[in-house]
Amino acid sequence: MDCQLDIFFLEALINGLLLAGLLALLALGLNLIFGVIDVVWICYAEIVMIGMYGIDFAYKGGMPFLLAAAIGIIITAVAGVILHYLVIRPVLETPPINQLLVTGGVLFLLQASATMLFGIEFRNLGMRLGSTTVADMSFSWARIITFLVALGGMLALWLFLRRTYLGTAIRAIAQDRQIMPLMGVDSRKLYLVTSALGGGLAGVAATLMVLQYDIYPQIGLQFGPLIFMICVLGGLGNMIGGFVAAFIISQFIAVGSSCFHTEWGYAVAFLFFMVAIFIRPQGLFGGKS
Amino acid sequence: MSALRVSPAAVVGLLAVAALPLFVHILSPASEKYYLHLLIQILLWSFIYTGWSLMGRFGLTSLGHGAFTGIGAYVTVLLWNQAGLTPWLGIPISVVIAAVVGVLVGYPCFRLRITGHYFALLTLALTEFVRLCIVGLRDYTGGSLGTQPSRHGNGISLFAIQFEPDRVLAFYIAFALWLFGLYVWLRVDRSMDRYALDAASQDEDAAASVGIDVTREKLKITALSSALCALGGAIYGQYQMYISPDTIAGLGISLNMVFAVIAGGMWTLLGPTVGAVFTQVLAEGLRVAIQGSATLKSILGSSALALDQAIYGLLLVLFIIYMPKGILGTGIDWWRRWRRRKA
Repeated sequence: MDCQLDIFFLEALINGLLLAGLLALLALGLNLIFGVIDVVWICYAEIVMIGMYGIDFAYKGGMPFLLAAAIGIIITAVAGVILHYLVIRPVLETPPINQLLVTGGVLFLLQASATMLFGIEFRNLGMRLGSTTVADMSFSWARIITFLVALGGMLALWLFLRRTYLGTAIRAIAQDRQIMPLMGVDSRKLYLVTSALGGGLAGVAATLMVLQYDIYPQIGLQFGPLIFMICVLGGLGNMIGGFVAAFIISQFIAVGSSCFHTEWGYAVAFLFFMVAIFIRPQGLFGGKS
Repeated sequence: MSALRVSPAAVVGLLAVAALPLFVHILSPASEKYYLHLLIQILLWSFIYTGWSLMGRFGLTSLGHGAFTGIGAYVTVLLWNQAGLTPWLGIPISVVIAAVVGVLVGYPCFRLRITGHYFALLTLALTEFVRLCIVGLRDYTGGSLGTQPSRHGNGISLFAIQFEPDRVLAFYIAFALWLFGLYVWLRVDRSMDRYALDAASQDEDAAASVGIDVTREKLKITALSSALCALGGAIYGQYQMYISPDTIAGLGISLNMVFAVIAGGMWTLLGPTVGAVFTQVLAEGLRVAIQGSATLKSILGSSALALDQAIYGLLLVLFIIYMPKGILGTGIDWWRRWRRRKA
C-alpha cells in the first residue's frame, strides 16, 4: 500500500503507460468529432458500450474474434452516422450547450436500452490471453495488445488525415467552417463521414476493451468522464494534445491506485485536471483560444 | 428592493398545494403514505432543480450540482453520525462548504472565461471528484453502499431534524422549502443582478464595458445556487434517512437536474417544478403500470426498471430539438399567441 520506489511502483508505472494507449484511442474519436463538427458527444462511451455488446454477441454466436470485432466496428460507425443524422444535425445551429445536452439524452437512452435488452449482469468474452513476466513484473497480454493496436489506430488515422483527399478535406473544414462550403465542399457529407470515423474509432476501442473489461450497461459512466477530462486537458479538438494528456492522466490513476485505493487515483487525477485547467484554460497543449 | 407582490391566482394556487395532504387523506386514505411520499419527493426535487436553474438560466450550464447536493447530504449526516453535531449546525456548515466549493471552482472559471462546453465538462469533473471522495472515504461514508443518519429516539426529533415517520409534517417541511426556493428565484428575477447576468450571458465584453463586474455577478449566483442545492440535498438526506452516491451525489444526479429543468422550462418560475412533477410522475407512473399489469411484467421482466430512463432519454432529445423552452415555456408561448389572436 505504501509508496516506495520499488518494483511494484515500476510495474504500476508501466501498466499506466499501457492504459494510456487505450485512453488515448478513446479520446481520439471524441477529439476528431469535436475538431471537425464542434460538438461534444457526451454519449461517446455509451457508443463504445454498444460496440462491446455487439462484439460479445457476435463472438458468442460462433464467429472468430476478428470478424466479431469488424462487426462491432461497423455497428458503432453506423451508430455514429445515425446519431449525427437524427440528433446532432437538427441542433447544429443552436447554442453549443444544447448539442452537448442532447447527446446526454442519448446517453440515458442507450444506457437504459442496454439495461432492458441485455440485463445488468456483467459479461465477458472469456478469452484468456495470459500474461508475460519481465524482470519479476507481470503484464497481461491483453494490455500490451491494446497498447499496440491503439498506437497503430492512431497512426492510421493520422495517415488518413494527412495523405488522403478525404482526410485533407476534413482537416480543411476543421480549420474554417465558413469558407469550405464556398470552395464547393459539401460539409454535410463530410460531417457524416467524420461521424462514421469517430464511431468506428469507438468500435476499435470497444474491441480492445472487451479483452480486458467486463461488459455492463453502466461501463460508460466509468470511462466517459475520464475521456472528457483527457480531451479537455489536451485542448478539445487537439489530437496530439489528447494523446499526451492520456499519458499524464493514466499515470495519475496507475500510480495513485498502487499507492492508495483505486478511487484516490481517480480523485487525484480529477483534482489535477481542475487545477491544470485553471492554469491553462485552453488545455495543456492548446494554442490561443 | 420592492416587496414581492403576490397575485390572487398565486394565493389560490399555493393554498391548493398546501391542501394537498387533505385531498390525499380524503381521496385515498389507504395509500396516503405513498402519495405523500411522492408529493414530498416532487417538492424536494423541485427545490433542488430551482436552485440549479438560477445558474442554468444565465447560460451557466453546470454539471457539477450533483457535487453540491452530495456535500449537503454527506456533511450533515457525517457531522451527526461521527461528531453528534445537530443538523441545526450541520446543515448551515454543509451549505457554507458547498458555497465555498462553488466559489473556489467558479472563480477561476469566470476569470478565465471558461464557458459552454468547457464549463460543463469542468463542473462534470467536480461531480466526479466529490463522488470519488465519498466512495474513497468508505470508512466514514459507507462508500457506494451509502449510509444512514443514526435515528434519534423514535425518529421524530426537533433536535436531530428527523421527521420521516410523520409524512404530513415532512410534506409541510418540503413545502416550506419549495416556497423558499420560489421566493429566492423571484428575488433574483427582480434584482439588478439578473439584468447584469442576462447581459453577461449575451456578450461578456459588452456587459463589462458598461461597468458590470461579470466575475463578481457570476460568483454571487454560483454561491447562491450551490448553497440552495446543498440545503436541498441535506433535507433530502434527513427525509430519506438514507444517502448513497447514487441517490444524492454524482453524475446521474447532475444530469437529472439539467434534464428535468430543460423538460419543465428553464426560464420560468415554475419550470423546474413542472420538470420535477413530470419526471417523478413519469417514473412512478411507469413503475405502477408495470407492477400492475402481468403482461407488461412478463414482457419486460426485471429490465422494467430501466424503461423510465429510456423514455426519459428519448423525450429529452425530442425536447431539446423541438421544445427547447420546455413544457411550461412552450405552454406559456402558446397561451400568449392564442390570446393575441383572440384580441
